Amino acid sequence: MTVRNIRRTPLALLAGATALVALAACDSKGDAAGAAAAGGPIKVSASDTACDVSATTANAGNLTFEITNEGTKVTEFYLYAEGDRIMGEVENIAPGLNRRLIVEVADAGKYQTACKPGMAGTGIRGEFTVTGGAPQQGDANAQKAQATKSYDDYIANNTAALEEETAKFVDLVKAGKADEAKAAYARTRVYYERIEPVAEKFGELDPAIDVREADLEQGQQFTGFHRLEKDLFKTGLQADSPQIADKLLTDVKDLVAKTKTLQLTALDLANGAKGLLDEVATHKITGEEETFSHTDLWDFQANVDGSKGAITSLRPILQAKDPALVSTLDKEFANVQGLLDKQRAGDGFKLYTDLSQDQVKEFASAVDALSEPLSKVAEVVSK
Amino acid sequence: MTSTEGTRVSRRKLFGLAGAGVALAGAGAAAGIGIDKAASSAEASVNTVGFHGEHQAGIVTPAQANLHFAALDVTTKDREKLRQLLKTWTDAARRMTAGQEVVANGAVGSGDYAPPGDTGEALDLPASNLTLTIGFGPSLFDGRFGLAGKRPPQLIDLPLFPKDKLDPARSGGDLCIQACADDPQVAVHAVRNLVRLGFGVTEVRWSQLGFGRSSSTSRAQQTPRNLFGFKDGTNNIKSEDTDILRDQVWAEAGDGPAWMTGGSYLVARRIRMHIETWDRETLDGQQKIIGRTKGTGAPLGQTAEFDELDLNVGGAGGEKVIPEDAHVRLASHQALNGVRILRRGYNFVDGSDGVGHLEAGLFFLAFNRDTRKQYVPMQQALSSKDAMMEYVQHTGSAHFAVPPGVSETGYWGEGLFA
Repeated sequence: MTVRNIRRTPLALLAGATALVALAACDSKGDAAGAAAAGGPIKVSASDTACDVSATTANAGNLTFEITNEGTKVTEFYLYAEGDRIMGEVENIAPGLNRRLIVEVADAGKYQTACKPGMAGTGIRGEFTVTGGAPQQGDANAQKAQATKSYDDYIANNTAALEEETAKFVDLVKAGKADEAKAAYARTRVYYERIEPVAEKFGELDPAIDVREADLEQGQQFTGFHRLEKDLFKTGLQADSPQIADKLLTDVKDLVAKTKTLQLTALDLANGAKGLLDEVATHKITGEEETFSHTDLWDFQANVDGSKGAITSLRPILQAKDPALVSTLDKEFANVQGLLDKQRAGDGFKLYTDLSQDQVKEFASAVDALSEPLSKVAEVVSK
Repeated sequence: MTSTEGTRVSRRKLFGLAGAGVALAGAGAAAGIGIDKAASSAEASVNTVGFHGEHQAGIVTPAQANLHFAALDVTTKDREKLRQLLKTWTDAARRMTAGQEVVANGAVGSGDYAPPGDTGEALDLPASNLTLTIGFGPSLFDGRFGLAGKRPPQLIDLPLFPKDKLDPARSGGDLCIQACADDPQVAVHAVRNLVRLGFGVTEVRWSQLGFGRSSSTSRAQQTPRNLFGFKDGTNNIKSEDTDILRDQVWAEAGDGPAWMTGGSYLVARRIRMHIETWDRETLDGQQKIIGRTKGTGAPLGQTAEFDELDLNVGGAGGEKVIPEDAHVRLASHQALNGVRILRRGYNFVDGSDGVGHLEAGLFFLAFNRDTRKQYVPMQQALSSKDAMMEYVQHTGSAHFAVPPGVSETGYWGEGLFA
């Protein structure tokens, strides 16, 4: 379902507000600044157990990382600033693939590289130092701009992955490969659930992609992920499943295109971070979201990721204005994450139906404990 | 038992001393009629609501502070037993709304070796503006009692609305009793004793306690607040709006079967509120969801509570000051082709939900002339567009035909069983 908190700010659509990070490996154009200042791309060799980065220092400016996945698990690569603020990331690098990350780092300082084989956990970390560059800007507006830019990157990465994974999922459905489609279902939705507050901005697209059967309005067609969920996990694939699948991909592509023109404010980030957790509290903890597949915990994790993504983008602002709130948030995010980690199974999670009432209660209580400080972020940001 | 037997009862003993909320003189209260001759004092008149009349009490009566609502199923197959029970209930209601025991001296005067005729918990309490209102659910017209042909077309099975999460154990019912009073104990006592009289004929299907009326139904009343902390009922139909009541609340001759003329249709919805997530919403966000300010209750873009909603006031960036998905916009008669309903909602907190939250919400009661044309389109709009739906969930639902009022010698539903 949907988070509606962000939607209450007028939509400012900016033509050509481009995302910073170029994702596609074949995109060799780089950008206006050309190659990274450190003289060519920094090579990252990722495997299931290692994350070898060819250089651990670079001058401020545009840095280009070239990541090769030599392992057997799908991986991700991140460049973090202090406090795990994401400067740039590439998700969903399948074994054998090369991907490129171009990220603008304006400030000298300590950073960290990370590969995440299996796309879980904190990853294999390495120190990375950036030298030169502009001194840290204390100016609040610049900080806010930095925060939204950083979150734009997060959105861009996730929407790109969403489009890619949805295309695969849709192919499986259309090929009638129900078992493989079932296996792909939850991990495809992850990218949607992470950016739900943003998807919400586009009135009709969100319901078309993500409406739950229980929420259908009179005369509204049941389409999107949950319709295919029902086909795959309950009724078996239907005659019109391929059309539904095609429409889903069309809608997702449409959404991805639209997010590129979205201009978020720091307040949007704050509200989105809170809204995602409200979403967990009202729909995921109750098992209402994934009625047929019971993969609610995947969504739960993705909502938490999305919330954390927004908070890490806001981190410098929060750190300057209310460091105590930052440590509370860190603690409570870690607490929720710890509970989620306990329910991992294989590459994903246990089904919602395998949770005991006590475990559900424990989740609810941890989500409440995190949601309270999250609800204070907006005010701190607006000061 | 006739309606005139009985003597001055002990429930009057502390009259005026028990801390019942003082009703507003002249706000539609009337003296209890001809039951206890001794009880027609001025004191009694401010504390009782007349039982008899063209319409049942408890609809336009200035909303009392407390509610006990019960939905019952009929367990007998014997139509005559049901008819007799309605007569018995009517007599009991006459007495209890006048501040008397359910039978004269019932609590302690029934003899040592008989169970007391009145359960006794309201012995020392005044009438407390008790009203008792009865209604008939769609399932009563299923043919068990030969009533199939008498079902009003307005008494539909309510459709499932988007996002409904109805609990069958909190929905439906062959009959309903709405007891409203200034004192919760008086309301519970009334329902309890009617239920007791019904054993063998009816049984409770579900019931709901409510407190802190969340709607005002008279201009003499302050608008109360619901558990979201907002004034609720500012724009409600008031008992003084006789023209609107005629158009929107009372069934007229020709609307449906003759036995319903002067009656109304009651929609009951148990609405769970996610108060925990609501409380994390910013003030600005809360106000935009509702469409009113939290302090005064003024519509956004206006200054005072009772200022008329203006849905077209524009604000920053050309956005409407009252957002497109604001609750008051979608529920307003301006947005619903002039359709209105009379609300009589109550707050509830039914313990907790098992995962660390209060099981709180609003027990929504609405009276309208034709549910098909009034409540249903309104709720369709709200369920699908209302920003508030993020914070509420409808967990119970019922629909009843509320027959007209009774004469001093009549009984509830007389026209239906005639």
